[in-house]
Amino acid sequence: MYVADSRSTPAAPAARLTTGRRPAVAPTVLALGTVSLITDVSSEMVTAVLPLYLVTGLGLSPLGFGLLDGVYNGFSALVRLAGGHLADRGGRHKAVAVFGYGLSAVCKPLLLVAGSLPVIGAVLAADRTGKGLRTAPRDAMISLAAAPEARGRAFGVHRAMDTAGALLGPLVAFLILRRAVDGYDAVFTVSFCVAAVGVLVLVLFVPGRTAPERAPDAPRASLKAALALLGEREVRRLALCALLLGLATVSDSFVYLLLQRRMDVPDRWFALLPLGTAAAFLLLAVPLGRLADRVGRWRVFLGGHAALLCAYALLLPGWRGAALPYVVLALHGLFYAATDGVLMAAAAGAVPAELRSSGLALIQTGQASARFVCSIAFGAAWTAWGDRTALATAAVALAVCATGAVLLRPAEASELDGGGPA
Amino acid sequence: MTLRNKLIVLATALVVLAGVATAAVLHAAGREDRKNQVQADGPPVRGGEVSLAPDSGRRIVFRNMAWGPHRDELATVPAADPSGPRTASGVKCLRFYAAAGTGVCLRAERGAVQDGYRAVILDARLKERAHYSLPGIPTRARVSPSGQLAAWTVFVGGDSYAGTNFSTRTAILDTRTGKLTKTLEDFTIERDGHPYHASDVNFWGVTFADDEHFYATMATGKKTYLVRGDLPARKVTTLRTNLECPSLSPDGTRLAFKKRVPGLPADAPWRLYVLDLATMRETALAEPRSVDDQLVWQDDRTVAYSLPGDYGADLYTLPADGTGSPRKLLTAGLAPAYLG
Repeated sequence: MYVADSRSTPAAPAARLTTGRRPAVAPTVLALGTVSLITDVSSEMVTAVLPLYLVTGLGLSPLGFGLLDGVYNGFSALVRLAGGHLADRGGRHKAVAVFGYGLSAVCKPLLLVAGSLPVIGAVLAADRTGKGLRTAPRDAMISLAAAPEARGRAFGVHRAMDTAGALLGPLVAFLILRRAVDGYDAVFTVSFCVAAVGVLVLVLFVPGRTAPERAPDAPRASLKAALALLGEREVRRLALCALLLGLATVSDSFVYLLLQRRMDVPDRWFALLPLGTAAAFLLLAVPLGRLADRVGRWRVFLGGHAALLCAYALLLPGWRGAALPYVVLALHGLFYAATDGVLMAAAAGAVPAELRSSGLALIQTGQASARFVCSIAFGAAWTAWGDRTALATAAVALAVCATGAVLLRPAEASELDGGGPA
Repeated sequence: MTLRNKLIVLATALVVLAGVATAAVLHAAGREDRKNQVQADGPPVRGGEVSLAPDSGRRIVFRNMAWGPHRDELATVPAADPSGPRTASGVKCLRFYAAAGTGVCLRAERGAVQDGYRAVILDARLKERAHYSLPGIPTRARVSPSGQLAAWTVFVGGDSYAGTNFSTRTAILDTRTGKLTKTLEDFTIERDGHPYHASDVNFWGVTFADDEHFYATMATGKKTYLVRGDLPARKVTTLRTNLECPSLSPDGTRLAFKKRVPGLPADAPWRLYVLDLATMRETALAEPRSVDDQLVWQDDRTVAYSLPGDYGADLYTLPADGTGSPRKLLTAGLAPAYLG
């Protein structure tokens, strides 16, 4: 275990953690990464077997169940804002995160006793609530624990560990089901045990106070102050750009579906396509985070969208080279590695520490809502014009939004924290 | 708390939780072993020769779900004595259907990193003729009356992060030529007389009229439709809404199906109906429970279907004219087909 608690005194200035020229990754970041890794093993175990459990275990016909999905997504955006706000009030990042991780953990054994779709729906909603609550405070803690000039790398390390857990989860579930055929109860129980370890690591090894002492003139954390963040030029520009680009980001499932149609990917490989994206994300998250620290987070963020644009472009023409799925999935993973943590690193530079959680939640929610709108629009365009025209439209929209984002270009938030060149 | 104490707390918790996790896995594995023991009050099952040939007497072939060494194997019983001794074939299937000496068996295949599923075409002696890998969890299987065409439906997951957003994919195979239509989603759709395109179209539950025409369920925009399909023209036409998993009577005049009835609980929304294709009149059948299955016709007057039971599923029969009441056909069985 990382000696993350050797600094349990409130918030040692992050800069002091650096040794020599090369800033080390703060112990708190490693601890939070470990929590995410363990938690993702737990949640992805369940995700991997849930369809099988519903169909063969409970004998349910889950078609109508997808309808609930959209409701959860909208709900989770609201919960995220609430989590961000609660965490900022009194600097209770850790308390809110513990509650969020804990709530998701207790949902796992509840799946065992839930025998019907409405109850399973309710349990999954509670699980999502936990995820929504914990995300913003966790990212705030990462940003507060990392040295400003190494934030990109800190987020890169965290996202890499998180993704590693997501890749391991289905494997663990598979091994359990191999030992105990139809052992869904065993999968859910083991998932709970794993999640409990994650909560314990969080409680024991992440310092309770990551927020700095509040300066006398610092803004008090309130809903009003959180909304007032949008009045700040830097935050507003960043949020606007994330929103704009989110509006042209087609959801993952469409990317996989397009790839399958274009390439005739054999059916048995279809379920493996998301793993390709995740693997690229895992490998590239740290290098791109470091790159973002060096050349500027904003540039890397835009570069990620350029990679996505390339992926769209490759899916368009009739080229069917055997390498196409690999290239597209690599670009898709590159897109995530260059945007997911990097945006948070950039946003952290623009939001004052007292409002860090609320600010990050605000930007995440804006981006997620925009992507949701894009998915609906893309589905409608696909229906009206066919997949090729829909994709071409999305590509043009992305190019336009990217141009808009370049023009809006926030004055390189990271400039303030000693990041890349202005 | 000092670091030392924290590590002690963590180590203790790890030991306890690892114990709980191990116990859960062993318990599940042990329960699985018990399912391989014959239960005292179960139907007698013995291994033997099973034939799908139409000329060896009237009988039912189904997936035997009774515990014991023959669990999940295809088994036959005489149609006249469905609760009598079962003959198990040694061939395991999750879903199955057979007609005119052709069987389609949807089964799980263990892989190195993940389990897969495949559709296996069987001849009258249950020998494998061909197999096709499946993109998801099998749910429906059918063979055309001539034995020439086979159709299957699977649930496809993985399209969404939550893992709860399902879609289905339905394939049709010409077993003589090997020509495989991987998904009906590529067919031309005519809805209410107009061409229709949508990305959210799903098909399931094919039932064959002959070797060129079939009926199936199509879902789009939160509605389900009965469609009639034309295989050579690669086209489906909608006939009616709110009709799932049709099953055509042997005389070709009626469809038995399940229908979502408003006001019923979300997890048990279906009731059984029969649609007369000449008059398009629906008749409610006398089954008060929700049935999530594609029915089969025992003859022109009687339908058979499965309901959850102590050993997974039991089979029931019911008059197809709305009269009478459900009768248990046999216990611990699923996916029946009538032979001979």
